[in-house]
Amino acid sequence: MTEEDKKNAAAYWKANVRLITWSLVVWALVSYGFAILLRPLLAGIPVGGTDLGFWFAQQGSIITFILIIFHYAWRLNKLDKEFGVEE
Amino acid sequence: MSQYWINMLFVGASFALYIGIAIWARAGSTKEFYVAGGGVHPVTNGMATAADWMSAASFISMAGIIAAGGYGTSVYLMGWTGGYVLLAMLLAPYLRKFGKFTVPDFIGDRFYSRGARLVAVVCLILISVTYVIGQMSGAGVAFSRFLEVSNDVGIWLAAAIVFAYAVFGGMKGITYTQVAQYVVLIIAYTIPAVFIAMQLTGNPIPMFGLFGTHVESGMPLLDRLDLVVRDLGFAEYTADVDNKLNMFLFTLSLMIGTAGLPHVIIRFFTVPKVADARWSAGWTLIFIALLYLTAPAVAAMARINLVDTIYPEGTAQAEAILYEDRPAWIQTWEETGLIKWEDKNNDGRMQMYNDANAAFAPTAQERGWNGNELTVNNDIIVLANPEIANLPGWVVGLIAAGGIAAALSTAAGLLLAISSAISHDLIKTIINPKITEKNEMLAARLSMTGAILVATWLGLNPPGFAAQVVALAFGLAASSLFPALMMGIFSKRVNSKGAVAGMLVGLISTSVYIFLYLGWFFIPGTNTFANVPGEWMFGISPQAFGAIGAMLNFAVAYAVSLSTEAPPQEIQDLVESVRTPKGAGAALDH
Repeated sequence: MTEEDKKNAAAYWKANVRLITWSLVVWALVSYGFAILLRPLLAGIPVGGTDLGFWFAQQGSIITFILIIFHYAWRLNKLDKEFGVEE
Repeated sequence: MSQYWINMLFVGASFALYIGIAIWARAGSTKEFYVAGGGVHPVTNGMATAADWMSAASFISMAGIIAAGGYGTSVYLMGWTGGYVLLAMLLAPYLRKFGKFTVPDFIGDRFYSRGARLVAVVCLILISVTYVIGQMSGAGVAFSRFLEVSNDVGIWLAAAIVFAYAVFGGMKGITYTQVAQYVVLIIAYTIPAVFIAMQLTGNPIPMFGLFGTHVESGMPLLDRLDLVVRDLGFAEYTADVDNKLNMFLFTLSLMIGTAGLPHVIIRFFTVPKVADARWSAGWTLIFIALLYLTAPAVAAMARINLVDTIYPEGTAQAEAILYEDRPAWIQTWEETGLIKWEDKNNDGRMQMYNDANAAFAPTAQERGWNGNELTVNNDIIVLANPEIANLPGWVVGLIAAGGIAAALSTAAGLLLAISSAISHDLIKTIINPKITEKNEMLAARLSMTGAILVATWLGLNPPGFAAQVVALAFGLAASSLFPALMMGIFSKRVNSKGAVAGMLVGLISTSVYIFLYLGWFFIPGTNTFANVPGEWMFGISPQAFGAIGAMLNFAVAYAVSLSTEAPPQEIQDLVESVRTPKGAGAALDH
């Protein structure tokens, strides 16, 4: 691996880790946040007979998880091409 | 046609399909046996992984657990899906890039140590064997309930079917049967749910019906449910929980446990490219969500249906149903022992209420109740769902085929993880590296046969703690394999000593904490503390300890690694290489 390749690989990895970090922030916010720890704060927002926290616990977080994975796959596959490291 | 023959027809047809696939998808090489040749389409793999993952517990038990527990049991919904986010971003694509056949393969190579590989093999076998016991007994239960054979005959039948496609087809046979099993189980789960949602809320999509309006009362469904269970002294369905720390840690344990399960991880070795592994994790979660978004709706609606059945005139004032007027489905399931009634106040009526609630005792006394009389097993919620909703007999046949499909697909995936760890990691890598391709294939098939026999034996003689061991499986996966795999990819500094120390600390601390409350080695009566919330350290339940074990693993691994030498240059290069997708195609043919 040349010096140039190494720099490129390091930059790609840094971009990937940044993307992962933000994705995990959202992942934690909807599940541990909205659905569990912050549920009392969302108690005032009614959703079909209960509150938003309950919706996140039973449906919202699962739907968000799907969106996170597809967003991550789409963004990283683009980064693969930008950095020229795709298969 | 009698219900028995309808069930036979559905289960028989699904078996014919699985065996047909077994004949068509025979494995010709170890690469086909271990990773289905590495050419599985990401959507196909997503469907197979969903079936691989969704076990008898997801299909039969989960909705019942949620129905009984309400909001607090959402941990299962989030915990068993959120792990795929971790898998997609932290593990699967890099392990696919690494391009070998098993999970211990990566740990052994990355931590350049036989010891690390061996510890990983031990963790893998402990996790997978404990998990497979539940699948075999789940299959036995499904067979015996629906096909009127004994439990033991059911387990042998399940073993014979898995043998047919797992031993000959390996991962290739398993992949395509899992796709078929997914289709069977999702249809079986969805159809009764759609009918029930229609009846109760007028909305054919259960996940929307859950937050819709209860047609009969005109109230929101969940309000209605809160009201009727409150009338009977139970906690409100949507009520918040007090112990948030435990709920948080329990969810986290299930998530990292899910991401660390070897039989799920190896499914991502079967896709052609690294980018496919990322997409495939997303597809997996979509296919899982089709069931997991329906399950909470089934749970809430079935609980309303159950209360309405017992209190047809309402819960506020009117009396419970007379035993002689009980519907046919209660009679059917009484025979299996899953529903029990004991007339404690001798009034011939079936009172169901929360007799453990001291604040409700005066009300109960006023109404002439002398203790809860009706015991309903959680599994009833799914198993009896079609009958509760008055659906035709063929829907019951579907549930039978679906429950068996869920158990078999997970059992097969677990058995493959066990047998490839034995034939590839123990025999080929540690004992006899010179073994020929043909002999390794034979070793793989013999290991698979051996694993099926052990699983069958354990299914026939369940160690009386099947429910507890599932907690152990997740705790071990969370505290041992997940941190080792993640550090192997995300840190170049963690070395073999750190990884081994970390895995052992995670494994032992989690096992000990579980043993303290559930009995040493699960021997009943040997537990040091009573398994009640008051006795838990910091209020952390044994099931939720996996997350703590994982944190200890990370901490110990870093501390030991930083105080010892850095890994050799070629290992640091290996880490560099798994981080980028480029050049993955060539890596598989090693």
